[in-house]
Parts: sequence; structure tokens; C-alpha cells
Amino acid sequence: MSRPVDQAKNAETFLADTVHEQRLDQLLWAARMRRDAAARQVPEWEELRTLASEIKEHTLSNLSDYMIQFEARATANGVIVHWARDAHEHNQIVYDILAEQEIKLLIKSKSMLTEECELRPFLERRGIRVTETDLGERIQQLDNQPPAHITGPAIHKTNHDVAVLFSQKYGSDPKNEDTAYLAGVMRENTRPDILIARAGMTGANFVVAETGAIVVATNEGNADLSANTPPLHICSVGIEKIIPTTESLAVFIRLLARSATGDAITQYTSTFRGPRKGASMHVILVDNGRSARLGMKRFWRSLKCIRCAACMNTCPVYRRSGGLSYGSTYMGPIGIIMMPTFEIRKYSELPFASTLNGSCTNVCPVKIDIHEQIYGWREVMEENDQIQVVKKEAMRVADKVLSHPALYQIATTTLSSALEVLPHFAIYNRLNAWGKHRDVPEASSETFHAWYRNHRPKTNEEVRRG
Amino acid sequence: MQVALMVPCYIDMFYPHVGIATLELLEKLGVDVVYPKDQTCCGQPMANSGCYEQARATEEHCARVFASFDCVVTPSGSCTHHIRNKFNAGADSPEKQNLVRNTYDLVEFLHDVLKIREFPWATFDHKVALHTSCSAIRGLNMASMSERVHDAVFSKPKALLSGVPGLEFVEFERVDECCGFGGTFAVTEEAVSAKMGYDKLSFMQKASPDCIVSSDMSCLMHLQGCARRQKQDIPFYHLAEVLNGVSPWVGQSWVGQSWVGQSWAGQSRVGQS
Repeated sequence: MSRPVDQAKNAETFLADTVHEQRLDQLLWAARMRRDAAARQVPEWEELRTLASEIKEHTLSNLSDYMIQFEARATANGVIVHWARDAHEHNQIVYDILAEQEIKLLIKSKSMLTEECELRPFLERRGIRVTETDLGERIQQLDNQPPAHITGPAIHKTNHDVAVLFSQKYGSDPKNEDTAYLAGVMRENTRPDILIARAGMTGANFVVAETGAIVVATNEGNADLSANTPPLHICSVGIEKIIPTTESLAVFIRLLARSATGDAITQYTSTFRGPRKGASMHVILVDNGRSARLGMKRFWRSLKCIRCAACMNTCPVYRRSGGLSYGSTYMGPIGIIMMPTFEIRKYSELPFASTLNGSCTNVCPVKIDIHEQIYGWREVMEENDQIQVVKKEAMRVADKVLSHPALYQIATTTLSSALEVLPHFAIYNRLNAWGKHRDVPEASSETFHAWYRNHRPKTNEEVRRG
Repeated sequence: MQVALMVPCYIDMFYPHVGIATLELLEKLGVDVVYPKDQTCCGQPMANSGCYEQARATEEHCARVFASFDCVVTPSGSCTHHIRNKFNAGADSPEKQNLVRNTYDLVEFLHDVLKIREFPWATFDHKVALHTSCSAIRGLNMASMSERVHDAVFSKPKALLSGVPGLEFVEFERVDECCGFGGTFAVTEEAVSAKMGYDKLSFMQKASPDCIVSSDMSCLMHLQGCARRQKQDIPFYHLAEVLNGVSPWVGQSWVGQSWVGQSWAGQSRVGQS
């Protein structure tokens, strides 16, 4: 069993580096502002959100039927469809496809599912080199870091960071921090792999049951290069990505880029229906805990997620913590409610990395009640004994004092003992955590209760009780 | 109608003057208001931490204390939100249902029930940075939120404060971004919490307010702690204090002397008078 990720401590480390923290906060807040502006341009925005949420609910409620429909259509289109129960099965299927053709180099566009399955290390251990073709994902690969954000994997890095990294890995000019120059360096170094690789891999944003098509939205066109250049295209997709029809696809396409970056649509929205002439195409439908989550009465709705990252961009905690602080594949508000379904103990602290402010819920294009689920997960952590004993004990003492008026009165009569009770919740895990960056409120010399007794000696209440 | 005043535990202990201002304001408006003396807390700190089991007795006690009232008013959006929307730790009972149905934040009570818009006695010639809590905005719909771009813009706290002669508002960036308090979040994630507070203060500061006002004292407890640490002596007021009438630069207050000089706000007044 893994130890819980200490998000708070990781966030503290991230915050200590003010340059990166401020830049991340400003970049993502700007994305949130662009999202607002884009939503303002669509008068039926709220109706679209409701519709998208209902389409997802319908599809998830009839998931097996739509999956079977998809399999039939895709197979008829010449696609080879695979089913993977878990990450290992998924990775093994990919490996077997590649091994059969003795392929030693795989080019790949960004896919959170393959991160979830830890596909890259799996293949690399078996002698297959993997080149990421998404700029941000490639930066993270070269830096040996997981993605820090689901749509902008290297969003936490500055141009300076990338210039230094590329100079180390590619021998480019460490002083040249120009974005176009850096993108050029990346292109020069990955394009050769794209040309020689005999297999390309993509994820998928949507899978259309009616047509058997997979849909990939990118801004760099790298998914198209990865899918169309080599003679073999493997697409991995989580089963929750299925939607019924091309018509319903339109609803999601209108919401996706607007929610993510404020653009009306991504630069590329590519539909792959079958293999090109002389090429082959595989689609791997991956469960990896999804059907179990679908059975969770309180938490299945996170399966509606279309991975736009609007919840991360708006989250005041994410923006000040950085995505890597969560120590998880999915991070920010949506990560908090997904990750415990993968491994409860490891991610038991994540539900506490939220102020429950509710902004995430209100930007979510598929109306997932994210902050309510975060609240719900806290309770689950308590039920599963995942809350630190010392914290629980503090809460137990508080309950005892706060449920007995006499004890409460004694505890709050004097200035010093007031401090004992209230911020005692405050002091349970670290010595005076409140006071590290803030002054502690001064307890008044007289509680309201005492004041009331002195200033309203015969109260209405007493009169009434007679 | 008789109204029961619920004074949240942290206001009872740290900000009694806010409880006093709420009581005096309601009395001034002719409300028959009583303070049930056995009250303690609504149980939010425990439930909010996932500790439902540890919140049960407190919640049940709270429901019992207010069982005989058909209107309960509290100067806290956060406690109101908890009672109205999250009161699930204790056993279901008629008392509990009664409290859930009949609890109002002070702002809601003034704005929606009494429909008061003018506070002529409360002249306040100062520029106010108004902070409205996330519980009030997204939990109680007391103000429109920036995320819902097509909704009509409104704010009940602002509507009330607009009835105070002389009071002006300053506009600042990210007006409804969370201040970082978040209950026990303030200590479990103290670094992020404090940074959020510092950021909130810096956005407000750019707009040069004379003071910071909120209908949630818990946000102010956090922001005031951040400001004090940064040696900023800007005063903080609960909305009830402003509506009840305070004259911060003279050192006078409607509530008498019992708290002046005790609280930080009091000290800064003394220093400035």
C-alpha cells in the first residue's frame, strides 16, 4: 500500500518558487477569462451544458449497448477492436500488436489514458522507444516528469525552463527563449521519428457509436501526424468516451475548446473511421476501473468528464499548487474525485485540497457537481479510516464540547481557553499551522454569550418560558 | 414573529461585537429577537472535515436548541449553507427539518424577508471592498457568480449596503475568487490558504478601499490574519456592524466599549483617532 500523497506539502514547495507560481496562476486565470468570454458569445451556453450532461448521463446509463454498437460499426469499417479490463491488459495488447510486427519505435500523441496505464515505461522496459509528438508532452517526457495539466502538460514551465531543457537534451541554444525557436527545435527533433516510425498511437476525445468513428481534438495537428503517417494506428480510449451520434458530437465540440482555452474550436478536430488503404487501425476500449466507478452511486458522474481542464484553470488551489503536487495522473478538482477510485489510500488526502468554493462545478461543461463530490469523498475517507487519528480525535473532542452547552461555556469563558477549543481544530496536525503565515485572532475578553447575559438580563426567552 | 439569533461559535469567541451588532440591528428594525442560551455550534468544522460521526451530537444538539423557533437568523453564510444544504450528520427529526427550513443568513433575512433597503442611521463615509463568501454566492445564491456568464448580475449584500448613506464601493479584480479560508482547509493546506488570502488582499489593495466588509466573519478572520501579518492596518467589518452603524475613525460604536481595544479592528481605530 502506498503512502498518501502529501499534496499540501508539495504545494508548499511549489509556492516557495514565486516565479513559477505567479506565472501559472496568471496563465490559467487568463484561460478562465477567455472561457468566460467564449461562453458569453453563445447565448444558449447553459442549455448546451445541460444537454451535454444529459447526453452523457443517457450514454453512461446504456453504456453496454453503445459499446456493442460501436464495436459492430468499427469492425465493419475495418477497425480491429480490442477490450482491455485494466491497465496491464491494455499495455499488453499494445505491446503484442507492436511485437508482432517487430516494431521498435512508436510515435504518440497526447493521451491521459496512456498516462493512467503507464504505457510508456511498460513499452520502454520491453525495448520499444516511444516519442511523444505533443510539444508539452514531449517536454515532460524529456524532463522525466508526468503531465502537470491535462491539456497543457508543461504549462507550469517557463520558456527559460524549456530552453535549458532542450539545450541539455538536444544541444540547442540555452539563451534563446523565443517560443517559435523552441517549437522549431522540437519539430526538428521529432519529425524524423514521425517519418520513420511504423506505428502511431493516439487517444480519443470522443467515440461515436453510430458511425464507429473516433474523434481527436488537438491544436498542434500531432495526432493527425501520428495517426496518418505510419501504416499502423493504435487508438486507446476509455469506455466512458462513447457518445451516441454525430449529432450529439456537435454539442460536445461546441463546449470543449471554449471551456478549455476560450477558442471556438480546436485547430484540428479529426475523425478517424477506418484504416487508410494498405494500413491498419486498432481501437482498444479500456475499462481500468471505469465500470466499477459507474456502479458508485455517489461518484459515477465523474465519468461524464470530457477532459477540458476548465475546473483546473478556475481552481484557486490548483493554480497555486501546480499540477504535480497532486502526485496523480488526473489533478485539480476532477483529479480529486477520480483518483481515489484508482487507489483510495494513496489519494486519501486529495479531497482536502479544496476550499469547496464551487467554481469548478459551475464551469464544468458537463455539469459534474465536482465540489459536492469532493465533500462526499471526505466522508468516504472518514468511513474508510483514511483520516489521521490525531485529526479525528480533535474532531471527537470538539463534538463533545460543542454538543454540551455547559462544557462549551466553560471552554469559552476565558480568553485562553477559547483558543484551546476553536483553533484547536487548527492545531491538530502541525504546530500552529494557522499562525505560520497569518496572525491568530485574539479572543475577546468577553464572549457574546457573556455579554448577552450582562446586557439583556431578562430576555424575551426567559419571559416566555416564564 | 419571534426570531432566534444564532451566533456562530467563532463569532461568540472572537468577534462578539458582530453578534452584538446583529442583535442591535434586528432590535432596531423592530424584530422580536431572542438568543437561545444553550446554543454552541452547527457542527460544520467536523462535517466539513469528513468527520460526520464526530459531528452528529453537535448537530443534533443544534437542532434541539432551535426546535421551537420558526425563524432562525445568523450572521454567517457559511453556517447557513451548512445547515440548509449539508445538515446530514445527525438523525433525521422534525427538529432538524424545522431548522433546515427556517435558517436564514442575516443578509437573506434583511433582503428577502424584511425587504429592508434603507439604513439611514448607519452613515458610513468610506470606500468599501466588499467580499462575499463562496458559501453565500455559490451555496446560497446571495449574489450572481462570475462563472454563470449569462445570469443577471446581482448581489444581496451589495443591495443592502447600498442603502447606507455615504458608503461607496470599490471594484477589484477576481471579485468572487475564493479568499482561501475554506474551514479546516485554512490549516490543512495553510500555505495555499495563506497565499490565496495574500492575493485577495493585493487585488483589493489596488482599488484603495478604506476598509474591507463581508457578511462572513470566517473569511474576514482569515484575511485579517493575513493583513496583520503583512502589517496592513486596514479595518475589517462584518456587514452587520456597518448596517448597525459604526464610525470607525472616531472610535465610536453602537455596541459600547466592551470590545473596543480588544479586537484588532478596535486597536486600529484607537491608533487612528
